[in-house]
Amino acid sequence: MSKSFFLDGKEIPFKEGQTVLQAALAACHHIPHLCWRPQLEPHSSCRLCTVMISGRPFSSCTQPAMDGQHVISDTPELLALRRSVVQMIFVEGNHYCPSCEESGNCRLQATAYSLGLQDNHFPQQFPKRERDSSHPDVNLDRDRCIRCETCVRASRDLDGKNVFGIHGRGIKSHLAVNSPTGKLGDSDLDAQDQAVALCPTGCLTVKRVGFSVPIGERIYDKEPLEQVQIREFQDFQAQEAHHG
Amino acid sequence: MTPTANLSLETARNPESLRRTVIEPITRVEGHGKVTLLMDEENRVKQARLHIVEFRGFEKFIQGRPYWEAPVMVQRLCGICPVSHHLAAAKAVDMLVGARRLTPTAEKLRRMLHYGQTLQSHALHFFHLASPDLLFGFDADVARRNIIGVIGAHPDLAVKGVKLRKYGQEVIRVLAGKRVHGIFAIPGGVNKAFTKADRDYLAQDIAQVVAWSLEAVDVARKLYEDNLDLHASFGAFRSNYLSLTTPEGAFDLYDGGLRARDDKGATIFDHVDYTHYLRYIHEEVKSWSYMKFPFIVSLGNDTGWYRVGPLARINNADRMPTPLAEGARKAFMAHGKGEPVHATMAYHWARMIEMLYAAEAIQALLEDPDVFGTDLLVKGEPALEGVGVLEAPRGTLFHHYRIDERDAIVKANLIVSTTNNNTAMNTAVREVAAKYLDGKTLTEGLLNHLEVAIRAYDPCLSCATHALGRMPLQVELRDAEGALVDQLIKDADGALRR
Ligand code: SF4
Ligand code: SF4
Ligand code: FES
Repeated sequence: MSKSFFLDGKEIPFKEGQTVLQAALAACHHIPHLCWRPQLEPHSSCRLCTVMISGRPFSSCTQPAMDGQHVISDTPELLALRRSVVQMIFVEGNHYCPSCEESGNCRLQATAYSLGLQDNHFPQQFPKRERDSSHPDVNLDRDRCIRCETCVRASRDLDGKNVFGIHGRGIKSHLAVNSPTGKLGDSDLDAQDQAVALCPTGCLTVKRVGFSVPIGERIYDKEPLEQVQIREFQDFQAQEAHHG
Repeated sequence: MTPTANLSLETARNPESLRRTVIEPITRVEGHGKVTLLMDEENRVKQARLHIVEFRGFEKFIQGRPYWEAPVMVQRLCGICPVSHHLAAAKAVDMLVGARRLTPTAEKLRRMLHYGQTLQSHALHFFHLASPDLLFGFDADVARRNIIGVIGAHPDLAVKGVKLRKYGQEVIRVLAGKRVHGIFAIPGGVNKAFTKADRDYLAQDIAQVVAWSLEAVDVARKLYEDNLDLHASFGAFRSNYLSLTTPEGAFDLYDGGLRARDDKGATIFDHVDYTHYLRYIHEEVKSWSYMKFPFIVSLGNDTGWYRVGPLARINNADRMPTPLAEGARKAFMAHGKGEPVHATMAYHWARMIEMLYAAEAIQALLEDPDVFGTDLLVKGEPALEGVGVLEAPRGTLFHHYRIDERDAIVKANLIVSTTNNNTAMNTAVREVAAKYLDGKTLTEGLLNHLEVAIRAYDPCLSCATHALGRMPLQVELRDAEGALVDQLIKDADGALRR
C-alpha cells in the first residue's frame, strides 16, 4: 500500500526512507532549501527548509516522511522566518550582486528573489575575509561564502579529495583549505571538481569565464528557482534509477 | 576672450598667500558642489577652487579582484556614464588576454553600445539639464528653468529630447541586457550576438533619431549664434585640447591615437599609442583638492593643462566620419576662424554635433552585415598590464590595470573625463566669478552663472545631475588672508541660505 502525507493540505505520496523535502520535490511541490542538494548527505544547517509538523519546527531536508502526517510549509510566519534566515546570510558576508559573476546563476540570490526580499534588514557586518586567487583555474572569494559546506561534502563524497573544511565556530567560522599552505593553489582541487560546480554562490568559481553568459540567458533568468530545484531532484532520481 | 597670459589657473601675483587657509572638506554640504572663490588684496577674484570628492577609493577597492570583474565592477564607479567605464575597462582587459584587436563583429557591437550611451547622455544633458538655461537665459526665473518649463514653452523640443534619450537607452538595453548596469563587453569581445530581430527593432526609429539630432544641432547653433556676444565670451578662455582620433585624423569615440593641440590649433603630439599615455600625461596633486590635475608633460604643469570632451573632440578632428555631422562640424569651426573654438558655451553646440554623429553611426552599423557575425571572442598571448582609453561623453577616459600571475588586479589607475577637465572647470568658474562678482556679497545671480559655467562641461558629479537652476551649490568667498567673507548655499529645491 502506498503511503502519503499532507503538505499544506495536499496529499503527497512518498517512498519508504524519503524525507519530507524529497517526497515534496518528487511530487513537484517546492519547499525552499539551500544547503541540501540531491547528490549530497543533508547538512541541515541553513534552516531554510523549516516546516511545521504538529506545531513544532523541523528541517524538511532531514525529517523522514510519515504516513498521514500534516506538514505546513506555506504560512506567513514561515515565510518571515525564511526571509530572516536569508537576510542574515547576506549581512554575514559581503555580497555585491551587481558586480558578482555569479549573478543570475547564484542560488542565494535566486532564493532571495523568490522569497521577495527587498533589503537586508539586519545591519551589515562587513566581515574581513581572505580572498584566495592562488589556484590557476579556480577563484576562492570568501566574501561570498555562506558556509553551507556543500563544497566540503562534495569534495569528500563526490570528488574523493577532501579539499575543504570549516574552521572556527559561530560567526568566526570560515572556509579552510586542506593544503600545506592553506592556499587553494597548493591543494589538489581541479576546476572540474563537483565542489566547484555545486558551490551555490560566487565563492568558488572557475576563472576567466565570468560574465560570458549574457543577461537573459543565465540560469535563473530563464527558469524560476523552484522549477530548477524540482527538475534537478527529479533528474537525479532518474539517474539513480538508471544506474540501479 | 581673455589673453593667453591667463592660461594659468592661479593669476594672483603671490598665490602662496592665497593658500594659507586649509579649507576643510568637512565644511562641505552633502551632495552639493562646492566652490571657493579667493580674492586678492584688491578684492578681485583671483582663484577659484571647485572641490570635488567623487571618484575616491576605487583604485584601492578593485585591488585583489579578478581582472574580468573590472568592466562590471567599474560601472559602480559612476552612475552617470557606467557604459563608458564598462567599455574602457573592457579595452584594458582585452590587452590582458592578448586581444587588443577584436573581431569586426565584437568591435562594431561595442561601438554601437558606446554610441547608444553617447546619444542618451548628450540628449539628457542638452534637453533636460542645459536647454532650459540656454532657452530662457541664465537669469530666468528658476521655476521656468527645468524640463517642465521647456515642455511648456517648447513642447515639441522637449518631447524629442525625451525620445532621443530613450532611443539611446534602448540601444544599451538591447545589447547589454539592461538599461543600467548591463553586461556586454567581456575580455576579448562581447557575450552576445546581435540578431536580425534586434536590428529590425532598432531600425524602426533610427531615421527619426537622425532627423531629430540634426534639428538639435540647429537649435544649439541658433542659441549660440543668436546670443553670440554672450556665448562666445561667457567663461571663455584659451586652452589646449586632447582627444582620440583615427589614424587619418578623423573624429572617433571608441578608439584611436591620442592627439593634443594647443590654443592655436598647432599639434603638440599626435597619433600617440594610448598605452603609452603615462609618457605624455602626468597628474598633479594639490593640497586643497581630492581630484588630481592632469597636464601634458612636455608643457609642464603650469601651462600643460587641457580640455577634453565635445569641444576638444570637434576642435581636434580633421573631419567627422559621417556626412551630416561633418557639415555641422564645418559650420561650427567657422567660428574659430582658423583656430579652435574656445568658448565654454560652445560645448553645447559641439555636444549636439556629436549626438548627430552617434545617431548616424548607429544608423550605419544597423546596415552593416558585420554586426550579425557570431565570431564574438578572440584570445591571444596573455599580458600582465592593460590600458584602455576611449572618448566617453564627457571626454577622454583612461583605465589602466596591472595583474599578477594569478589574474588578480594589483594596481589600477584611472583618469576620468571630469578629472581631465579639472583645471578647465576651475578656470571657467574663475572667469565667470571675476566678471560677475559684484563687491563682497555672493548673490543668487552669481550662483546661477557659476552653475551655467560648470554645467557646460557636463561634469559627472552628483550635484550636476540636477536639472538646471537646481544644482545644489555651496559657494564661499574668502579674502586674501583666507578669511571667510561670505557664503551662499543653494539646495536642490532652489532654496537659498547663508
Ligand atoms: S554570491 Fe550570489 S548573493 Fe553573493 S554577491 Fe554573488 S550573486 Fe550576490
Ligand atoms: S565555498 Fe561555496 S559551497 Fe563551500 S561553504 Fe562556501 S558557499 Fe558553501
Ligand atoms: S536545506 Fe534543510 S537545513 Fe538547509
